[in-house]
Amino acid sequence: MTTSSSPPLLPPRPAPPSARRSWRGALRQELFATPLDGVISVLLLAALLAAGVGFWHWAFRQAQWAVIQANTTLFAVGRYPLLQQWRLWLLVTLAAATIGASWGLLRSHPRADRSGTLWPINDLVAIAVLAFVAAWLPVALKLPVPLQLRWWAITALLLVLRGVSGQWGQLVPRRLLRFLPLLWPALYLFGMVLIAGGLGVPRVPPSEWGGLLLTLLMASFAILLSFPIGIVVALGRRSTLPLLRWSSVLYIEFIRGAPLITLLFLGQNILGYMLPGGWAPDRVWRAAWVLTFFCGAYLAEAVRAGLAAVPVGQLEAARSLGLSVPQALRHVVLPQALRIALPATVGQFISLLQDTTLLSLIGLLDLLGTARTVMANPEFLGKNAEVYLTLAVLFWCCCAALGLGSRALERRLDPSHSPT
Amino acid sequence: MSDIQRVPWWRDRRVVPWLVQGAVGVAILVVIALLLGNLVRNLTAAGLLLTWRWLGQPASFDVAESLIPFDASMPYWRVLVVGLVNSLRAIVVGLVGATVLGTAVGMAAFSGNGLLRRLARVYVEVIRNIPLLLQLLFWYFVVFLALPNSTAALQWPGVVLSKSGLYLAWFADGFQWQGPTLVNDVWRAPLRLSVEFSALITGLITYTGAFVAEVVRGGIAAVPRGQWEAATSLGLHWSATMRTVVLPQALRVIVPGLNSQYISLAKNSALAVAVGYADLYSVSETTLNQTGRALEVFLLLLGAYLLIDLVISVLMNGVNQLVQIRER
Repeated sequence: MTTSSSPPLLPPRPAPPSARRSWRGALRQELFATPLDGVISVLLLAALLAAGVGFWHWAFRQAQWAVIQANTTLFAVGRYPLLQQWRLWLLVTLAAATIGASWGLLRSHPRADRSGTLWPINDLVAIAVLAFVAAWLPVALKLPVPLQLRWWAITALLLVLRGVSGQWGQLVPRRLLRFLPLLWPALYLFGMVLIAGGLGVPRVPPSEWGGLLLTLLMASFAILLSFPIGIVVALGRRSTLPLLRWSSVLYIEFIRGAPLITLLFLGQNILGYMLPGGWAPDRVWRAAWVLTFFCGAYLAEAVRAGLAAVPVGQLEAARSLGLSVPQALRHVVLPQALRIALPATVGQFISLLQDTTLLSLIGLLDLLGTARTVMANPEFLGKNAEVYLTLAVLFWCCCAALGLGSRALERRLDPSHSPT
Repeated sequence: MSDIQRVPWWRDRRVVPWLVQGAVGVAILVVIALLLGNLVRNLTAAGLLLTWRWLGQPASFDVAESLIPFDASMPYWRVLVVGLVNSLRAIVVGLVGATVLGTAVGMAAFSGNGLLRRLARVYVEVIRNIPLLLQLLFWYFVVFLALPNSTAALQWPGVVLSKSGLYLAWFADGFQWQGPTLVNDVWRAPLRLSVEFSALITGLITYTGAFVAEVVRGGIAAVPRGQWEAATSLGLHWSATMRTVVLPQALRVIVPGLNSQYISLAKNSALAVAVGYADLYSVSETTLNQTGRALEVFLLLLGAYLLIDLVISVLMNGVNQLVQIRER
């Protein structure tokens, strides 16, 4: 119990700048302020040490990482046809180029009206981490040498484009820079075509997508489409028109009252009966739509809280300036409401990314579903710890990165920090 | 007033709301009519139109654990009740556990001990960024199924942990405290929890505990520092300060936050199906596979979870009214 760490249980207050202590004093203050604190600290340190040593021993002596190394392709893309995988490589290359170019261009055109920097905050650290991971991971995963070289080339492309556009990005006129945000939706749509086929490339049915590819596709699809749903439903819920309000409330409460797994159940077992014959989408798309409408209801609540936090005077002032209600919403109320709702929105996206694991329960081969098929393979039976740990680290990194990015964006959009 | 200056009827403030609502209403009605029409037509064609008669037929599948007597010859409604009771059991244990753990970790965020403070932070950040389903599978397959056999079970006073379950000391035979005993290489104890149940509640408690910890931390942080300082300068000890000054004020902020965490725990308990615990969703899925009654099973599931959410909300609203400070 924490109540035992007795006396100064005041919330920690930052030390005055003059009272600069040595590290020894700081350590004493932090860990050994009272005898009881000392005992707790020693016990915790011992436990941490034991856990660390035990984990080290397991990870480097006992664990057999071959289950990961032998199945990297399966984990990455599932059973995506081997002959068509060049499309995914092309997509990754394009994505790396877009990231590198956007990163450099944003850095070479600092905005005077925004003080907070965009994430990543420290470029050198970010580049070092990226380069290290890109250099180490393909080797650790024991990828075949050609694949290792491909990953290194893609990372090099990203970093070179970052360097070039950071150095000479100022030559790009600001008018052109406005189209930079359009690059991303274009890339997304092109990526969908590349993955699914069409427009001349052979089709790959959704049942053959899998692994990380399916997880990211589902999550990004649901995130993108649930955002407009959330805004519309939130506006509906705050509307003065009873029909709009009550239908929004009904939708939100229906979705939020049921566990996601029962909604996926609805999508898999009942949706097919509700649509005219032949209209019912593939199992994968059904799940994607369920995720979208699920996330939309939760987003609506987040946006509604943001709308509620914008003073009524803002709308009234905008109306008295002659703006129509839609104009006032678009130019005055929503920008403020969405900024306030940003942390909750990103939190919802993070939990949606985590919720994609539920697809494995309805038999889809997302990252977790693929992992479970791998572990059912007699060759890798009982390698649960290795696989689950790898997935946990992967999810943790994705979610933590989203959280960090959200906090950086929050700081950047915070009007109290901007110089004007 | 001339005709030119008159506002056209479709921009009249008295008409516009009705136009909008009419359009939205018609759209919603059309969609619903389309979906329901198809549903009725397709279900009729499949011979699966809404009926509840199958609830009385024998379930003919067994359930691994049940608090109420059950065997495979009993009807479907009975197996659904068994699932519901199992779900409620997991939810109640999870709620209590998550509250205790979350409160402890939330208060640790204000500890004078720097290590404890940081560990609390690390715990919250690690747990919140890993999917619950992954954590449940981890607890079940990596921790609980890897436990030693009965003969080599882990033993503490009153607690025995082995591959066959968690055995706890409890009152038995008329309020007699009785610990687990080993009889013919099989543990016997007044209270036995299956590994499935143990894995489920461990996962639910550690996961929800992290979210509860954030709620508690936020609640304590919302109490002005002056309250701490005033209580301390009145000579109150830390525990008295916490109990009589800080917590009563923090609870006003904590309780509404807890409500939504409790509801999400109740809904998350449906993931029990992944670890093989026979909760409501798990038995419903089996029922669907045997009867094909998708719509009825879905409606029952939806109703049950809505009811559970409602009960939690009502209870928490009651608690909320208790902790609100009555102002004169």
